[in-house]
Amino acid sequence: MNAPTETRGFIGKSVKRREDARFLTGTGRYTDDITLPGQTYGFFLRSPYAHAALKKVDTKAAEAAPGVLSVFTGEHFKAVGGLPCGWLINSIDGTPMKEPKHPILADGKVRYVGDRVALVVAETLQQAKDAALLIDVDYDELPAVVDVAEALNAKGQVHAESADNRCYQWQIGDAAGVEEALKTAAHVTTLSFRNNRLIPNAIEPRAANAAYDRAGDSYTLYVANQNPHVERLLMCAFVLGIPEHKMRVVAPDVGGGFGSKIFLYGEETALVWASKQLNRPIKWTAERSESFLSDAHGRDHATTAQLALDKDGTFLALKVDTTANLGAYLSTFSSCVPTILYATLLAGQYRTPKISCTVNAMFTNTAPVDAYRGAGRPEATYVVERMVETAARELKMDPGEIRRKNFIHEFPYATPVGLTYDIGDYDSTLDKAEKLADVKGFEARRQASEAKGLKRGIGYSAYIEACGIAPSSVAGALGARAGLFEAGEVRVHPTGKVTIFTGSHSHGQGHETTFAQVVADRLGIALEDVEIEHGDTGKILFGMGTYGSRSLAVGGTAIVKALDKVVAKGKKIAAHLLEAADTDIEFEGGQFKVAGTDKAIPFAQVALTAYVPHNFPHDKLEPGLNENAFYDPSNFTYPAGTYICEVEVDPATGVTHIDRFTACDDFGNVVNPMIVEGQVHGGLAQGIGQALLEHGVYDKETGQLLTGSYMDYAMPRADDLPHFTVETVKGTPCTHNPLGVKGCGEAGAIGSPPALINAICHAIGVKDMPMPASPFAVWQAIKSNR
Amino acid sequence: MTMLTLKVNGRELTRDVEPSTLLVQFIRETLQLTGTHVGCDTAQCGACTVHLDGRAVKSCNMLAAQAAGHELTTIEGLAQADGTLHPMQAAFNECHGLQCGFCTPGMVMSAVDLVKHHDCSSERAIRDGLDGNFCRCTGYQNIVKAVAQGAAAMKSSA
Repeated sequence: MNAPTETRGFIGKSVKRREDARFLTGTGRYTDDITLPGQTYGFFLRSPYAHAALKKVDTKAAEAAPGVLSVFTGEHFKAVGGLPCGWLINSIDGTPMKEPKHPILADGKVRYVGDRVALVVAETLQQAKDAALLIDVDYDELPAVVDVAEALNAKGQVHAESADNRCYQWQIGDAAGVEEALKTAAHVTTLSFRNNRLIPNAIEPRAANAAYDRAGDSYTLYVANQNPHVERLLMCAFVLGIPEHKMRVVAPDVGGGFGSKIFLYGEETALVWASKQLNRPIKWTAERSESFLSDAHGRDHATTAQLALDKDGTFLALKVDTTANLGAYLSTFSSCVPTILYATLLAGQYRTPKISCTVNAMFTNTAPVDAYRGAGRPEATYVVERMVETAARELKMDPGEIRRKNFIHEFPYATPVGLTYDIGDYDSTLDKAEKLADVKGFEARRQASEAKGLKRGIGYSAYIEACGIAPSSVAGALGARAGLFEAGEVRVHPTGKVTIFTGSHSHGQGHETTFAQVVADRLGIALEDVEIEHGDTGKILFGMGTYGSRSLAVGGTAIVKALDKVVAKGKKIAAHLLEAADTDIEFEGGQFKVAGTDKAIPFAQVALTAYVPHNFPHDKLEPGLNENAFYDPSNFTYPAGTYICEVEVDPATGVTHIDRFTACDDFGNVVNPMIVEGQVHGGLAQGIGQALLEHGVYDKETGQLLTGSYMDYAMPRADDLPHFTVETVKGTPCTHNPLGVKGCGEAGAIGSPPALINAICHAIGVKDMPMPASPFAVWQAIKSNR
Repeated sequence: MTMLTLKVNGRELTRDVEPSTLLVQFIRETLQLTGTHVGCDTAQCGACTVHLDGRAVKSCNMLAAQAAGHELTTIEGLAQADGTLHPMQAAFNECHGLQCGFCTPGMVMSAVDLVKHHDCSSERAIRDGLDGNFCRCTGYQNIVKAVAQGAAAMKSSA
């Protein structure tokens, strides 16, 4: 047997991605690429009104149109339940959040522009679209609730269950203690701001293809989704009542998610149900305009915050009051985003002793709002880092110094908002970022800009996030209706090649490479000998999917645990083969060895013996070498870092030029630096997009989405972004997972907006700046400050 | 129906299509070349970029019938017949210029056109030249790097 050429030290290497070959040659397979025998096509008729009663939905003419197989409306789904929300939040008074029905197709009312009214299924997509025009809908328009800040006292009422449009009023922390500190503090910084609404815009639109097999009374759903097992569980057990073993969900290649493909949507649910009625597969792919209207949006908070400090800049207390937009219905994880994933991060990297946060979560006649890259943590970081920087400017302190003064230095550290940070070293990332950004040279650069009539500013952001979602016991105590573990399986083949089945799902993250590096390293085999399978409930034992920067920390750990079991069993097989005691066998570098001797056999030989057990001690060992493991983390992981942004603003035009953007992160151990850096780049682009360009805007009166296409919603293009300086410090490995990893997918989107806005405020000498800081907004701020 | 004859990835073929068929529908549905993607409906995202007579076009933005008599190259036709990647494809892998892969075919086709017909002599020029293609994953930095590297490789192999 040939010895593998390179079998050690994959962890920490920038191995080129194995998945690229298919994407670069056009042989990736995304949901819309899959066409099944007997394929039909679905088209959803959507509401043109933000809020209206459906007085009549007449589908007769559409049903008679050429090629049409059927037209489904809310009437068909009356007996079917609504879409579930996965997280229960209780109000301050102890009452549970309001959970109005989230219908699969509109049930007597439409509640946002884009709400699903009917599903037309036809032999071709064009026939379905043509027929949809023949559906006669009589809408009785109702007053729309649009702006979250005004929802509480709006004329309109989104749901009968909530007279004031409030879903819940939630609170965390020592409110009385915070009030006391605010009264007596030497200085209080106060700011109000909006965290702008974002529309996720994965470049692959949502898509699904549902097939029913009458012979087996079973279903297959291909869907662009980040967590196929969760999709299956929610759809089968909580909506359609399909036994789970009769449903296979496949999330094949998925073209980006950023949160928007976590959720169970009405579209695929309707398709699955209808596929049985018609006994034909039905495919639907969102047009981009449908994505804008109907993908779950992100952010959209209105917040007022107060930071109390003593005269030398020590933080005493933080009070935060947030009104969060949930949109028209509770999307799958919407309720936990502005609460559990938000307010628990308000300590940031600091020893603020008292923190209190109140959240009013509101229904509005807009698309549902749910997790989008960072999910709650960008909103929290924006609050903390805008407050800290503003306080520094008010107290004439250096933004680095005020942070250093307040950093947490002793770990583990229990924050006043429910989390316990296991480890971190915030000075190291701040110091490094300041060096990389050449902060010392700022004043000279500022003067040079001034000489050109330009205003230069610098802004910091020292973020922290809670990743590796999540310890199920903690999540459960906080209202989660699901566990948040991960599953992995290691199937060793007779030749010693290995297939890994993971419940994590890769939609750009590069798991097929990173996970293989971990496996090859642990087993001492070649990278080529490892295959990673994901995204198919028919193959993978279970999984909670990919979001919250959890894949390596939780999914990777499940694989490591399964690998440990493989090695443990391999030792027993090797002990038999080498005629030694189990306890004398060591596994190292792909070899099972008898300790203290030169007797050794390679991994592949042990694998072969497991499957060719001619001389096997059957009383002690089962044949085969296949193990699985579930892993539930004991804590969140806490990636942290400092981002520094330097801008040059043209006061004549309000145009902001990002001169340099420096990101310095501590992700604990890093398996593939190239991939980690790429994740940071992508996060930065989305965070800078939020701060400078992107804004989901509804007309305040009519509730029409004004930014419903790429002509109106400013997606960052290559020429909008600077060259980033990104560095990952050696860092502090996570203390509670065997890989010592923390997660890196969301950091860029979390840390960057406040750094950029702080820099603009510094440049033009203002305290307040809305996002996105468009040239007009910046220009207005300059004028009004005069 | 309209009879359409054109060369696709080096082979001449003839198909019947509805006159209203978009070129991208023809590519994805009629020819089953699913490497060309659709990411928007306003000709903004560039995921559908292919080469017509060696020039990049957004295939969502023209009719299939307009391609009659022309030479069409899709992402499936960019590598050599033996599977050797085009230098630009190789550069995207080397530089980690892709993540989810959905924008990648259009991005690579645009990049090849950029190198052949436009200025790609600086980072600024490359960023400007990629203005017609969205990527939501990479933040573009590694794409820019890949295009520069791919350009150098194309020039040295030309």
